[in-house]
Amino acid sequence: MLEGLTILIFLQFTGELIAGVTRLPIPGPVIGLALLAGFALWRGRMPEPVIVAGDAILRHLSLLFVPAGVGLIAFGDRLAREGLLIVIVLVLSTAITMTVTALVFRALTRDDGDAA
Amino acid sequence: MTLRSLDPSAFWIYLAEQPLFFLAITLAAYLVGDRIAAATRRHPLANPVLIAILLVGTALLVSGTSHARYFEGARFVHVLLGPATVALALPIWRNRALIARHWRAIGAALGIGALVGIGSTLILARLLGLSGATLASLAPKSVTAAIAMGIAEQVGGTPPLTAVLVIATGILGAVMVTPLMNLLRIRDYAARGFAVGIAAHGIGTARALQVNEKAGAYAALGMALNGLVTAILVPLLLFLFR
Repeated sequence: MLEGLTILIFLQFTGELIAGVTRLPIPGPVIGLALLAGFALWRGRMPEPVIVAGDAILRHLSLLFVPAGVGLIAFGDRLAREGLLIVIVLVLSTAITMTVTALVFRALTRDDGDAA
Repeated sequence: MTLRSLDPSAFWIYLAEQPLFFLAITLAAYLVGDRIAAATRRHPLANPVLIAILLVGTALLVSGTSHARYFEGARFVHVLLGPATVALALPIWRNRALIARHWRAIGAALGIGALVGIGSTLILARLLGLSGATLASLAPKSVTAAIAMGIAEQVGGTPPLTAVLVIATGILGAVMVTPLMNLLRIRDYAARGFAVGIAAHGIGTARALQVNEKAGAYAALGMALNGLVTAILVPLLLFLFR
């Protein structure tokens, strides 16, 4: 657990460093994610400690959203003003995104034969 | 300050000075949310995070506690978002066989799905006259809050607002996916799963896993891949849009 967590935090730190040096507007942890995925696919293996620690954190991933989400209490005014319009945007764009993604995916797997 | 009296307000002041208290509150509220979700057999509308945010948020508002004070304790949970984001390489690694077999469909649906997810949000939000800060908070709404909050921070959005918009998007996607796909007559569970993973991240993936194992695998893959692609596309599209 500790070994894997160390690797994950080290990769996050490396990502932050790369983002800082290159001034790319990409979050450091996302660069860390790309590094880990790239490394595993390139070497053809994922280190066992990373699997142990990663699964442990991801099991309760949604718990990690609570502290930031509670910050919403400071934005009551904006939500009262724009809330309804925001909900309309969310409903329509989520439906459009799922429709387009599924149609593109199906169009390109049809010839593969083993899609269904 | 020491605990000298049983006066409730003094007691609260004492508790509010202990960062550990807010850490405990955060975990307890999430457990309550999780119990409620389990009692509804994990209906998407009974989302544990949303319940926890409402419980803690109400407690802070009623007691007049600032978010900064609360965060002194809650940040011990928050700090794990970074390593959790890196760990999202795991679903990509586990489903590498799916990528190898359907790389054309996955690549095209990922690129187009990510573009449409961000683009449709920006266009609709602009048409409805939403403010610029709200636009930047909305743009990454299709990807997991772990990544979306980081993106929002980069582009001048409001991370707490993004967290809640992301969760709302996940709930909407989870509720809509089955009727929408039936309406479109899309029966392939790979396409259904991938679509909900791209559009509605972890909450959509949880829903896909309830319905079908294959849909769940494609959803987890779509969620992780879209986290990467959306982190690159949001700054670009917002730049073009302004």
